[in-house]
Amino acid sequence: MALETLMDVLFLRKLANRRITMKKEALIAQLKDIVQPYVQNEEALENLTENTDFISDLKINSANLVDVVLDVEEVFDIEIDNDAMEKMLTVKAAMEIISAKLDEK
Amino acid sequence: MTSDQILKRLPYQDPFLFVDAIEAISLAGITGHYTFKHDHYFYIGHFKNNPITPGVILIECMAQIGLVCLGMYIMKDEISTHDNPKIALTSSQVDFYLPVLPGDKVTVISEKDVFRFNKLKCKVRMYNAEEELVCRGQISGMISL
Repeated sequence: MALETLMDVLFLRKLANRRITMKKEALIAQLKDIVQPYVQNEEALENLTENTDFISDLKINSANLVDVVLDVEEVFDIEIDNDAMEKMLTVKAAMEIISAKLDEK
Repeated sequence: MTSDQILKRLPYQDPFLFVDAIEAISLAGITGHYTFKHDHYFYIGHFKNNPITPGVILIECMAQIGLVCLGMYIMKDEISTHDNPKIALTSSQVDFYLPVLPGDKVTVISEKDVFRFNKLKCKVRMYNAEEELVCRGQISGMISL
């Protein structure tokens, strides 16, 4: 492979990776907006990451967890079933479920 | 599940049962009523020599009729084989317009807003015997087996 072509491939891969990272960050930001009204622990919200747990970290109660799911359905125009609802306990799990449902569309 | 069966299975008793009868019930909503007794214990303290039904008790009455009775009806198929469903009030936002005095009969009308993942959210209104609006608001609770 010519050096220039290799450079192009690397550049495109880098660009694709960056696009995925940006998409992920945008999704986290959207989730942060959605959970914000229901959060008890403001500090944990400030430091929200993929590993943040809705119940143990953000101290969201079970009734408001339902509100989070309903808001996610509305914002992303997707339907969350009971199985998905039960799994949606962390930012990471929510992101995976949302991405999967969006891909199905 | 009939209205009588729902009343029998309510997890309340005197002095904290605030449902006398259900007039109409469907998956979409419920109408029921309650008459406040003159000898309720809270009239002794609320207020001194001036008995008026406390707002929290009006909310309790709205929640017992508008959420618990309706929730048990909505979940009748699941509940029928279980002993006691677990219930919890999770939020209320209520505005009050008129006082309710000892002996007053109130009618509660509740319309289901959302029932998803065991959470029931309703728009609830309470009227007095003169059909004037006493209070209204949005009340939510969780019900599970």
